[in-house]
Amino acid sequence: MARVVLSQADMQRALTRIAHEILESNKGAADLVILGIPTRGVYLAQRIAAIIQRIEPEATATVPGSGSAMVGALDATMYRDDLSRGRTRTPSPTQIPSGGVDGKTVVLVDDVLYSGRTIRAALDALNDIGRPRVVRLAVLIDRGHRELPIRADFVGKNLPTSTDERINVRLAELDGVEEVSIENRAAEHPEADTARGPGTSTSAPSTSEATS
Amino acid sequence: MRHLLTTKHLSRDAAIQILDVAEDMADVANREVKKLPALRGKTVVNLFFEDSTRTRISFEAAAKRLSADVINFSAKGSSVSKGESLKDTAQTLAAMGADAVVIRHQSSGAPQVLAESGWIDAPIVNAGDGTHEHPTQALLDAFTMRRRLYNGQSRGRDLDGVGVVIVGDILHSRVARSNLWLLETLGAHVTFVAPATLVPLGAETWPVAISYDLDATLAAEKPDVVMMLRIQSERMNAAFFPNAREYSREWGLDDVRFAALPTDTIVMHPGPMNRGLEISAAAADSAQSTVLEQVTNGVSIRMAALYLLLSGDREALL
Repeated sequence: MARVVLSQADMQRALTRIAHEILESNKGAADLVILGIPTRGVYLAQRIAAIIQRIEPEATATVPGSGSAMVGALDATMYRDDLSRGRTRTPSPTQIPSGGVDGKTVVLVDDVLYSGRTIRAALDALNDIGRPRVVRLAVLIDRGHRELPIRADFVGKNLPTSTDERINVRLAELDGVEEVSIENRAAEHPEADTARGPGTSTSAPSTSEATS
Repeated sequence: MRHLLTTKHLSRDAAIQILDVAEDMADVANREVKKLPALRGKTVVNLFFEDSTRTRISFEAAAKRLSADVINFSAKGSSVSKGESLKDTAQTLAAMGADAVVIRHQSSGAPQVLAESGWIDAPIVNAGDGTHEHPTQALLDAFTMRRRLYNGQSRGRDLDGVGVVIVGDILHSRVARSNLWLLETLGAHVTFVAPATLVPLGAETWPVAISYDLDATLAAEKPDVVMMLRIQSERMNAAFFPNAREYSREWGLDDVRFAALPTDTIVMHPGPMNRGLEISAAAADSAQSTVLEQVTNGVSIRMAALYLLLSGDREALL
């Protein structure tokens, strides 16, 4: 049975805190670009951007086109290190705000930080799009088990896990409910897809955590 | 997807997946670095037994944008002109470590032979075989239609209810055949217009309306898309029509016919064009013409096809 670790209210509070921390470290909303990593990172990025606009309306109002000028999506599928393994991955759209990323503070947003391989791929993808002044990383859940020297700057919740466990991030836009739960897939799904190693937690919705 | 040989057996979902991935590939062309590392270390061989410029260059550009290494092999000036068989050529390429083979061949079915023979265990992409199929051309045509019809909202969409009239040398046209199967799968309805001598035997059993009169068809169908095919002079070894001027008058998209089309009708041509024969310069250079877009989109479609064929565990597809 999946155990709920973050409720809707907990998630909202975590995202609000992350938004405040981003503004604090960036000393305002100037030159801020928030890029979500598909699939769920994109929705989380949109929420963080909306909270930032609520906190600092005068700073963000100067940006033409309001919300869409600050937030976007960065797909890292084509930069993954496991493309020749497992099933074929379908890329998702990349959407960069019209101002570009050159000289900006880019905050990458993902739902779960696990091996760090997705973030490595995202950094490479970002490198081909432009040259940000700094790149930061915000994640809703940090579950440990890093395989690369990558660390999040803004964390919603640190959740120590075993590799047998699985983190399900459910968002209203995709899944109808809003919660983060943890389940032991070794106990419940002995036949579970073994190809799903670390770093695959942001795959396409068709194979998302929510379908299990 | 293990090979891309035909559009006939492509499911609707598989076709839309290729078109959607091509949308992402098209976005790469607008970036500062127009290259993706997805196929780094893979070798794509362009095996061309028949002359081609745009298809070969398009596949080459697509493979290079995905960081694959490209080897171009054309039959002229190779050991094929010394009499080497397809089998020996394929086994040579396999021994060199080709990860994918893009083949154009004058004989219908050659790519399928390559795919099924076991001479080489690599994905095979049909880049045109005889008068049989040219699947990437059909995919890029569908992609072009989708982008024009749905302006940026094309992801995930099919071509349900779209009317397409394909005019010209259907008999020799692998483009017409591939387009028919794909467009039919995507929900469009297709009409072939051609002189009776250039309609293939058995076409009446295909899911297509056949007409011999271009003016009547354009008036009755009010198509969304008019696709003109090239009169392939290299294949005109029999008297299919009396002369070029008569063909142009009856079945060409000349200035008068073009002016009569609604301004939102899409005019397509797979190229290379015979200006003044099947299409007038005014029609070819108009804003309704997608001729150059088709070339641009061809690279995106071929990137999508190569990516989908070459990524993932091949054993998992068996």
